[in-house]
Amino acid sequence: MNDDQGEATPGDHPDADVEVEMLHGVPVLHSGDQVTLPPSREEYVELLERLREQGFWVCVDLCAVDYLTHPGRTLPPGMEAGRFEVVVGLLSPERRERIRVRVQVPGEDPRLDSIVRVHPGADVHEREAWDLFGIDFEGHPDLSRILLPDEWVGHPLRKDSPVGSIPVQFKAPQELRR
Amino acid sequence: MSTTERDSVTDLAALDAARVRLNSDEAVLRMSQTEAEEAEGYRAPTQEGLGERMIMNMGPQHPSTHGVLRLVLELDGETITRSKPVIGYLHTGMERTGEELTYLQGPTNVTRMDYASPLFTELAFSLATESLLGIEVPERAQWIRMLMCEVNRLSSHMLFMATNGMDLGAVSMMLYGWREREELLRFLEAVTGLRMNHNYIRPGGVAADLPDGWRDHLLRAIDPLPERLEEFDTLMTGQPIWQNRLQGVGAITTEECYSLGVTGPILRSTGAAWDLRRDMPYLRYEEVDFDVLVGSFGDSFDRYAIRLGEMRESIRIIRQILDRMPSGDYRIQDKKVTPPPRARIDESMEALIHHFKIFTEGFKVPAGEAYVPVESPRGELGCYIVSDGSAHPYRMHIRGPSFVNLQSLPHLMHGGFLADAVAVISSVDPIMGEVDR
Repeated sequence: MNDDQGEATPGDHPDADVEVEMLHGVPVLHSGDQVTLPPSREEYVELLERLREQGFWVCVDLCAVDYLTHPGRTLPPGMEAGRFEVVVGLLSPERRERIRVRVQVPGEDPRLDSIVRVHPGADVHEREAWDLFGIDFEGHPDLSRILLPDEWVGHPLRKDSPVGSIPVQFKAPQELRR
Repeated sequence: MSTTERDSVTDLAALDAARVRLNSDEAVLRMSQTEAEEAEGYRAPTQEGLGERMIMNMGPQHPSTHGVLRLVLELDGETITRSKPVIGYLHTGMERTGEELTYLQGPTNVTRMDYASPLFTELAFSLATESLLGIEVPERAQWIRMLMCEVNRLSSHMLFMATNGMDLGAVSMMLYGWREREELLRFLEAVTGLRMNHNYIRPGGVAADLPDGWRDHLLRAIDPLPERLEEFDTLMTGQPIWQNRLQGVGAITTEECYSLGVTGPILRSTGAAWDLRRDMPYLRYEEVDFDVLVGSFGDSFDRYAIRLGEMRESIRIIRQILDRMPSGDYRIQDKKVTPPPRARIDESMEALIHHFKIFTEGFKVPAGEAYVPVESPRGELGCYIVSDGSAHPYRMHIRGPSFVNLQSLPHLMHGGFLADAVAVISSVDPIMGEVDR
């Protein structure tokens, strides 16, 4: 929506008379006290690169949220809500500002471009999101399980993964377990 | 070491160079846990055809790995070329557990993450919940929170002093650090009832008011500290062995820290004066006077010296809090968030209902999202909560400073000696409970 608008150009929204504030071609949401940007999957890496040039050097946090049972959330009109959302917290130490980037990731195709080339610090966060939510970060140099053992099956922080019903997976050979 | 005005030496070109260096894979070993196990002891000739390249596993059961950190090291003789921290041995799914608990039960869960500084996780969780609720806790609660956090920062840095000394062979330092920490923990116990895992800071305020005689108790604990810190200086800072063991070991630059998201004493040791207490103040930190200490070399010695100095600053803050502690409520008087006082339950039906509702159902939090960071002894500790309007967080995520800071290990150890690995791990001061969550 309004993606073709230039940088920081206020664009009129067809559905409402309110002016939609834009930053790098992405509409700005105000969520709580933080500026939130919801780019599309294609715009995502490019947006982080632009923001980095503006002083948002530090990727403080990256985490995934599974919105399977809670569909309602604020998105710019026209943007389709995906099952997953990847939330990136950026910090500008010079401007002492924070900005939040939320990307929609559909449940049937949980893929997203990796931002390790932009922010090397996102490495462990992306591995954690892969481990717990099964989001495939394309271009990540080593997308392996980080908190769970390598042979674990499933992604336990997904909402359809039941709590307490997973048998503990032991690694020891059979004869030792008896 | 000096206190500075904000000096912005970082520019984009330097950041870009740091990013290229960090992404070049010269320090990080990309190898899965299973591959590392299979490759244990594997030797391959180096490119020059001189020595041998060898994969070695260090930990998770190793006395200097601060719990259960495992490192897969690629060695060229005695030099570490590449490495990878392997974590997850303490993973118990606390973020998922947090989704099953109410907001009132939440602090009991998150406090078990960083067990050396539990009050900070409770604080981040409570601040995030309060931000969603749109409430502000009373003045006295804010100051009590600040007081308790600074005492906790002292005890956490004491733990660092003890373990850092122990890792490097200064065994008497271990005993001294432990001794002072115990006095501080006694104060925390007198206030909260527990030495660790306090569940003291809760959404809406704190669990209980400061007990009678808290002032004398606290003064008894912190009055001898400046002298003891002098002793630490004599024992370690000026000692040639200590200096040789730490200076120049595990150096990192400001740009690398920013690119890796590394915060806390590691970032400050590189000369960047970044402390959330001063730069993005929360609670009442803008009303107290303290200095943000920075180093100049970004090595293990600076990280040690900064933590030593931060203890002096914490004592300074605590003394100001002692002078300025206001009277008033220690938790918000909102019957939907805080349980009524015990005496009211006998008199008022309504109080009984509120009490029952809060402890059976919990209080409902408006839908939305909030991320609140605080400056823990290890760096930025953030809590991200997504609420769907019910009494349980829909998603509760903790951004742990140790988890992120561990990423710097391969870069800190790259090109160093295996014997220095212990010094480097120790100076990063990871708490595995929070890394693995």
